[in-house]
Amino acid sequence: MIPLSWYLIFSAALFCIGLYGVLSRKNSVAILMGVELMLNSCTINLLAFWHYYVQVRQALQMSPLVFAAIIFTVAAAETAVGLALIISAYRKRQSIVAGDLDELKG
Amino acid sequence: MTFWSDPDGFLGNWLIHLLAGIGIPAGVAQAIGYALGAAILATGALLFVLFLIWLERKMIGRVQDRLGPNRLGPWGIFQSVADMLKIFTKEYITPTGADKVPYNLAPILTVAAVLMVWAVVPLAVTVYGVDLNVGLLFIIAVGSLGEMGILMAGWGSNNKYALLGAFRAAAQLLSYEVPMVLSLLIPVMLTGSLSMNKIVMQQDIWYVLYAPLAAFIFLITSIAEVGRAPFDLTEAESELVAGFNIEYSGLKFGMFFVADFLHSFTISLLVAVIFLGGWRGPGAETYPLLGFVYLVIKTSLVNSLIIIERASLPRFRIDQMMDFTWKVLTPVILILVALTALLEKTMVMVGLGAWLRTGIMFIVNIALLFIADTVVRGHLARRPRPDVRGKERPVARPENFFSQPGSGA
Amino acid sequence: MTTLQIIFLIIAAITLVSACLVVMTRKIMHAALWLVLSLMGVAMVYATLQSGFYAVVQILVYIGAISTLIIFAVMMTRNVMEDVGPQSNRGWGLAMVGSLILFAGFSTVLLTWDKVQTNLLEIPAINGENIQMLGLALVDPMGFLIPFEVASVLLLAALVAAIFLTSDIKRSRS
Repeated sequence: MIPLSWYLIFSAALFCIGLYGVLSRKNSVAILMGVELMLNSCTINLLAFWHYYVQVRQALQMSPLVFAAIIFTVAAAETAVGLALIISAYRKRQSIVAGDLDELKG
Repeated sequence: MTFWSDPDGFLGNWLIHLLAGIGIPAGVAQAIGYALGAAILATGALLFVLFLIWLERKMIGRVQDRLGPNRLGPWGIFQSVADMLKIFTKEYITPTGADKVPYNLAPILTVAAVLMVWAVVPLAVTVYGVDLNVGLLFIIAVGSLGEMGILMAGWGSNNKYALLGAFRAAAQLLSYEVPMVLSLLIPVMLTGSLSMNKIVMQQDIWYVLYAPLAAFIFLITSIAEVGRAPFDLTEAESELVAGFNIEYSGLKFGMFFVADFLHSFTISLLVAVIFLGGWRGPGAETYPLLGFVYLVIKTSLVNSLIIIERASLPRFRIDQMMDFTWKVLTPVILILVALTALLEKTMVMVGLGAWLRTGIMFIVNIALLFIADTVVRGHLARRPRPDVRGKERPVARPENFFSQPGSGA
Repeated sequence: MTTLQIIFLIIAAITLVSACLVVMTRKIMHAALWLVLSLMGVAMVYATLQSGFYAVVQILVYIGAISTLIIFAVMMTRNVMEDVGPQSNRGWGLAMVGSLILFAGFSTVLLTWDKVQTNLLEIPAINGENIQMLGLALVDPMGFLIPFEVASVLLLAALVAAIFLTSDIKRSRS
């Protein structure tokens, strides 16, 4: 009994909070946490529209669900590689402040 | 319905009538009934741990050729009560610099993660908390919540050794989740659903006869998930003081202790439900309480097996443990899943009967176990051990007293 | 206001407050723990959308694996046990203004568009069958077999990359 707009506004708010986190934090791991929030807001959006579609068209559609599964997979892979990069940069420079990693040659 | 044919529904209806007599509407009465059922289950499980601790100490004592506790009460049955009273009255010592919220939340999260498993397990034909259609996945997800509790305990203690112990425990739990989830794929394949009720309903032939290797690997990985011997290096008293729960005292430590034993009983329950047929047995459909008795017998058998192997096997080292999961368990269970899927499909297409399929898969499982054992003995167990001897020092002996350089002459 | 709406509002409030604390708290470890709480809230929102399977998968993947990974990375990349100093860079004011304008734009569009005001009722036909259909769709050559296989190749590449990036193999200097 919840209107679709509530889900969309909730996911828009989560997206904007994640965007603020990405744009304004110094620590690289904190930037990755903002990216995770943004990905989750997109998945809520997707599943809300899937529910709306099934309810309005009365036909079961699988592609949003597969899309959501692939989003989970890609988020996990991207977090793993991103954190590996951060740890590797920390070993070389002893700093993970995003503003200090500004030289290309390691 | 009578009490004997449907105990859950009967008690629920009685409660709703009782509360409607005082004027509470049916929806609220049902919610109160649910909350009361959950509270009774949780309290019963926690109080049952006292009996489990006593049983474990007695059995381990007998394996080690000694009596267990036998002073308090006949056969020492009040020993656990005395221990519980002692833990209640101990002082909470919080280390300075400890982060208050993760430090205090960690024992609660660990116990809650174990208790939540009991919500989806069917205890009898009509007695279950909720019939989720993703029940098995819920159990695994809740297990990973417990691992978050361990990390919070290690970090909140402001102690480098606790942090190190928490890292090792988290690495162990993450690594052993992979073969555990894969070994649970086989009952799911055979049932066609993730719901625990359907898994029990489909076990006309117990799954342990169909896939004994999967049951064995599930048992081993679940013991590693709990952190019991022989996988208890994270709380090994001689190595790392006490692992992630060094800085806990009093009832907070009691909660970790309770979570350990309750988790061990819970995994016995899961093995009994998923592989040993759960509450099924002669006459269990008409009398649900008889089904509950069967389940308790099966669970106690598996729990006794876990207790006896705790007393018998030495502890793993951390690199042995990691090698064991990634190099032995994961390939074996992957091959088993692929083989089971292939053979099951072809046998069903050919049209063999249920018992014939069970026999063939049993033989395939045992064959795979022997092949894996041979490969491990041939390759993995023959790694050269690191040579940790120092330089050889001269030894004073009577015959070389005057000639050897370090002998003092 | 039905019960479900009240529950949804409470869950949404908890999630948004935790998300704000993730991006604004000073200690990075607290941010990781608040992230766990907000991901749990998102899992509960999935459950209200009748995607119970994805609620459980969210807890398993995000909280069980990704949050653990983030906590490990936070613990391994700290110089001292305390975080001192401001955690936001110089342009945080502009970022805040930009996010608020974006959110205002979203809300205006969503509140005035009449198609999305429809109530999402509970669909009785879904419960329990869509997991099997999801599995069938994932392995159907006419369905989504190729994205499924590409996702597994992606995971393999990520696995190899993560191991290579953090291993201490000393390469000889040429």
